[in-house]
Amino acid sequence: MKGVRLSKGARAGALLFGFAALIGLLIFGVAGYLRTSPPTVSVGASSSGSVNLVMQTDGAVGVGPHPSWVGYFVQDASGAWHQTTLIQLPQNTDVHVTLYEYDSGGNLRNSVWSQVAGTTGGVAYINGAAESVVNPNTNTGNGIAHTFNVPALGINVPMYGVSGSAKNFCNTGPCNTSQAHNTITFTFHTGGAGTYRWQCFVPCGLGYLEGNGGPMQSLGYMAGFLKVV
Amino acid sequence: MAIDFSQETKSGSSGASAHKSSIFQPSIITGMVGGGLGFLFGHWAGNAIAGGYQQVVGSGSNDAAIVLGYLFAVVGWFAGLGALNYPLKKMLGFEPENVEHTSDPGWGKYFRYTTDHKVVGVQYLFGMLVYFFTAGLLALAIRTELLSPVHHIWGPDTYLEIVGEHGTMMMMMMTSVVLGPFGNYVIPLMIGSKKVAFPRLEAASFWFTPISYFILLSALWQGGFQSGWTSYAPLSVQQGVGQDGYIFGFGLQGLSMICAGTNIVVTIINYRAPGMTWGRLNVMGWSMVSLGFTMILSVPVLIDGLYVLALDRTAQTSLLYGPHGGSSFLWENLFWFFGHPEVYLLAIPGFGMVAEIVPVFARKPVFGYKTAAAGMIGLAILSFFVWQHHLFQSGMNPDMRPLFMLTTELISIPTGFIYLVGMGTLWRARIRLTVPMLFMLGVYFNFLFGGVTGVYVSDVPINVTVHGSFFVMAHFHYTIMGGVIFAFFGAIYYYTPLVTGFQLSEKLGKIHFWSMIIAFNSTFLPLFAVGLLGQPRRVFEYAARLQTLNDWVSISSYVLGLSLTFFVVTWMWQIVVTRKKSVRDPWSSRSLEWHVDSYPPPAYNFETIPVVVAGPYEYADPDALPMADIVVANAGRDVARENVR
Amino acid sequence: MARFVLEDSRSEEAGKSALVKILSVWAVVSIIGMALVWFVLGPHLAPGTMTDQAQGAQFDIKFVSTLVVPVLLFVWFFFGYSIMKWRVRPGEDGTLPAANLSGNSKAQGAWYVITTTLVLGLAAFGTYFLIAPAGAGGGEGASPIWTPGTTKLLQVQVIAQQWRFTYRWPQFGGMETTGIELPVNTEIEFNVTSLDVIHDFWAYQLGVKADANPDYNNVAYTKTLATGRFTVRCDELCGIWHGAMYNYGTVVSQQQFEQWATNMEQQNASVTKLLPKYSLTYTPSYSGAGGGYYNTSVDPNANL
Repeated sequence: MKGVRLSKGARAGALLFGFAALIGLLIFGVAGYLRTSPPTVSVGASSSGSVNLVMQTDGAVGVGPHPSWVGYFVQDASGAWHQTTLIQLPQNTDVHVTLYEYDSGGNLRNSVWSQVAGTTGGVAYINGAAESVVNPNTNTGNGIAHTFNVPALGINVPMYGVSGSAKNFCNTGPCNTSQAHNTITFTFHTGGAGTYRWQCFVPCGLGYLEGNGGPMQSLGYMAGFLKVV
Repeated sequence: MAIDFSQETKSGSSGASAHKSSIFQPSIITGMVGGGLGFLFGHWAGNAIAGGYQQVVGSGSNDAAIVLGYLFAVVGWFAGLGALNYPLKKMLGFEPENVEHTSDPGWGKYFRYTTDHKVVGVQYLFGMLVYFFTAGLLALAIRTELLSPVHHIWGPDTYLEIVGEHGTMMMMMMTSVVLGPFGNYVIPLMIGSKKVAFPRLEAASFWFTPISYFILLSALWQGGFQSGWTSYAPLSVQQGVGQDGYIFGFGLQGLSMICAGTNIVVTIINYRAPGMTWGRLNVMGWSMVSLGFTMILSVPVLIDGLYVLALDRTAQTSLLYGPHGGSSFLWENLFWFFGHPEVYLLAIPGFGMVAEIVPVFARKPVFGYKTAAAGMIGLAILSFFVWQHHLFQSGMNPDMRPLFMLTTELISIPTGFIYLVGMGTLWRARIRLTVPMLFMLGVYFNFLFGGVTGVYVSDVPINVTVHGSFFVMAHFHYTIMGGVIFAFFGAIYYYTPLVTGFQLSEKLGKIHFWSMIIAFNSTFLPLFAVGLLGQPRRVFEYAARLQTLNDWVSISSYVLGLSLTFFVVTWMWQIVVTRKKSVRDPWSSRSLEWHVDSYPPPAYNFETIPVVVAGPYEYADPDALPMADIVVANAGRDVARENVR
Repeated sequence: MARFVLEDSRSEEAGKSALVKILSVWAVVSIIGMALVWFVLGPHLAPGTMTDQAQGAQFDIKFVSTLVVPVLLFVWFFFGYSIMKWRVRPGEDGTLPAANLSGNSKAQGAWYVITTTLVLGLAAFGTYFLIAPAGAGGGEGASPIWTPGTTKLLQVQVIAQQWRFTYRWPQFGGMETTGIELPVNTEIEFNVTSLDVIHDFWAYQLGVKADANPDYNNVAYTKTLATGRFTVRCDELCGIWHGAMYNYGTVVSQQQFEQWATNMEQQNASVTKLLPKYSLTYTPSYSGAGGGYYNTSVDPNANL
């Protein structure tokens, strides 16, 4: 560069090129990183006026940038599993939820989340048996793996964990029903349109202080939205 | 202007050797290579050491590897820049060439580790602008999310990462935004010195900033940190590896501040020209001394806090975690013991700049010169006794609150001095409303809102309502952006002729000023109301009734962004493309920096050390002598006068 | 060069008459402005009048806002007048000297005295209105020193966790609820704590704000004066759902409250049994709930 005298036109060109490159970099940064998001799985209305939502919770999702993190898979209409926590639901509809729980469990940080709330009848069916309060200390000994909690809809459904030493324990997602699991079913009503956040209240972010980092603070794992439209 | 003082340099020979091996000559490129290699080594070492830790296996990410990677990246960066060559050779008993003090005419020197304070000043100017605009874009991203109370542009996790990056980057950059470009560039000229006291420390202070920028920004690509610029523990202990970018980025900026502060203080104390008594020192000089001392005394506490946080995150110590004997209050206090002096060390150089520039355009001495100096020193001292006002609602020892309320309100007194000085200087003055002057008046206008709302925030009963809300956010944006950033832009307009040799358009500058001050106030004034009406900071959902105000603010912020873009484009265009030559002393300043041999000034500033015989502000005395009898090649004060309307 | 003579417009006399003008206009406009803030804006200021603490905060904000009016106006008028009167008009030489005025001991002295008096007055004002209303609704830490003069307090424990508030009622069998209702005309003692990171309990309309710290109890007082809905928001950044960590509560009649609390106590009986014994702080067990960050062998609950 030393001693080189650029003409005025060349300097103008170089400057404009510089500005253009900056704008390009910016668009790349925003579109390529900041706007990336897990997919949204849409659950359409069925003829009966209610919809079925099928999800699974896995101890390790096995895919993506954090394969060892705990997370959810949601089944779409064609039966394919997507690792996401963004779910689109129709408004004012009963949603029948089937949750396959493949993860091992532990204690709640706050036992108040042992109570089933916000579901039809105030109960959830755990492997077919209706329960309104699950006791993390006295169940099969496998603790509570996760809770499905939607604060704005008042929903809280705790899920028993499976034994971490089970022979057919699912180590990496997506899991299938031949592996050790608990099946939790419940129904809730979506109410009006809106975007409702949901989360888990079991500190399941392994390796993070108080279990609340990592997957607990990332969309697509243990934090998500119900988009009711 | 081929000046060779041959004091300690052989710039001619270094220029020759530079031509020989330009690829392998240390520069930003070799620095990046060194940094990359260092990171890889550190990352490997971290995995070797901590790969088997329970926490690492569980989370699938290794903070020790990242931290060690950053540590060695810094070493590699400085080695690659060639910063270690001279001191190492010296230590080994050689007599190395001082190749770093270069007066090459080309642009190459701006991309190398150089010890000319003017090169460092220009490097800082561009570095700080990059910081400011990156963080400014992040601010627009925040405002875009807040266009709607329920609809989300970003994920809530990404939103908080943006918030944290914006805050941290701005707070890092603001500490150096006046000291870096203008303190380094102008102070030696102002005090009649050929160089600064510690040129290598000064160069290091700059070269810490690009790597801290990259490390901080890289956090975004590693999941960011959702803990904001305050990064309260234990949330910051809980975060993923992005938090390490915060720790390291902020820590390096801290080291930069210590280097820069030490250099500027020692330079002003020891390198003043004969006759440049403390009573003649420019107010800007006083502000830099106050600033330097504040930095040297407060920043080590930040670095200590960051070190504690890094230990908790990598070695699972529990200094900030209650159940194992630590305390989350420890971080709050360490952080704010730095954090509150920090906000004054942002304000002080802004005030210095204002008090420096206003007399030039008022043709009057600084009103109450001693009051101005006392105000800045008072701010610097008191700033160490107010930090717990950030913790009024934290559950701290309750009877400490009246004490910290008192000290915080006392700090209004030295701040008031700055207003007294400004108002007195404008009284019966001859006010030229040039672009730099408009920006300085803008500082007074904006800071006033920041100042009076400071009374609300410091009053504990009112603090119950406003703490942690947008009210506080608006308050400190008024003091920092309304104060120091307006001073910064005014200083750019003021010093561009000196630094580049080119004159800027008054008309374009005025368009920038008016659009910026209107958009700025339109952005931040409504936020006081938003805060009082109950909107907490850093939220992605807010009450629907506040949408109109938030939308108004967001749209104003886009206008503000456009105004700043207008500045970048027109300013760069004028110094790169049109390049209208500036006349000598375009503002008719008495201060020494304008009376050098050429614009930009020659490598060693003055041919002979000037002997100062008068003060810098004797504008109103028709018989006043020039500050010093400087022999200049083409003395043209009359030419300069014609230029000024 | 001819001796420079300063124009009349920049003379000392011109300055004196300018000062008189500024001060007289300032005094009139200030009085009007202060009256407007006090009487017109004042009753609408945050955070309302639902509790004694909210009323107190509203009074404090009104008082300071009223004081701010003359300060703002003084600086504006002073700057505005100076710029208008003494700016350089087109065609004038802007580099000529102006008044050689490097200080004025009277003006400076008056400034020091006035600002110091104002500042000390404000500090005294703030201290009085912090102590008299029992901490003004702010978190006073584990051992509050300014308490309400009654022992008839409704105790509400606020438990913050990532990312919800729950409320525990020691006077109602230690039950824990996700909602909050409060009786009117009752002195409330909030005991605020956290199970994980630092949160902040901000009950806007109640005039209460207290950080929720882990392993620490932070006490705040308020007395409800009117019924109505209030908002609770988290006011200290606590991670991904910080912005969504809010709920609404209601102040109801004492009778309605008794009914609500009794109902809740019955409804929650089976969960209440599972809760840890009521305490001012809680340290959740590590077994499964610690995230495995620290080794389970150092579970702080192990030796309890």
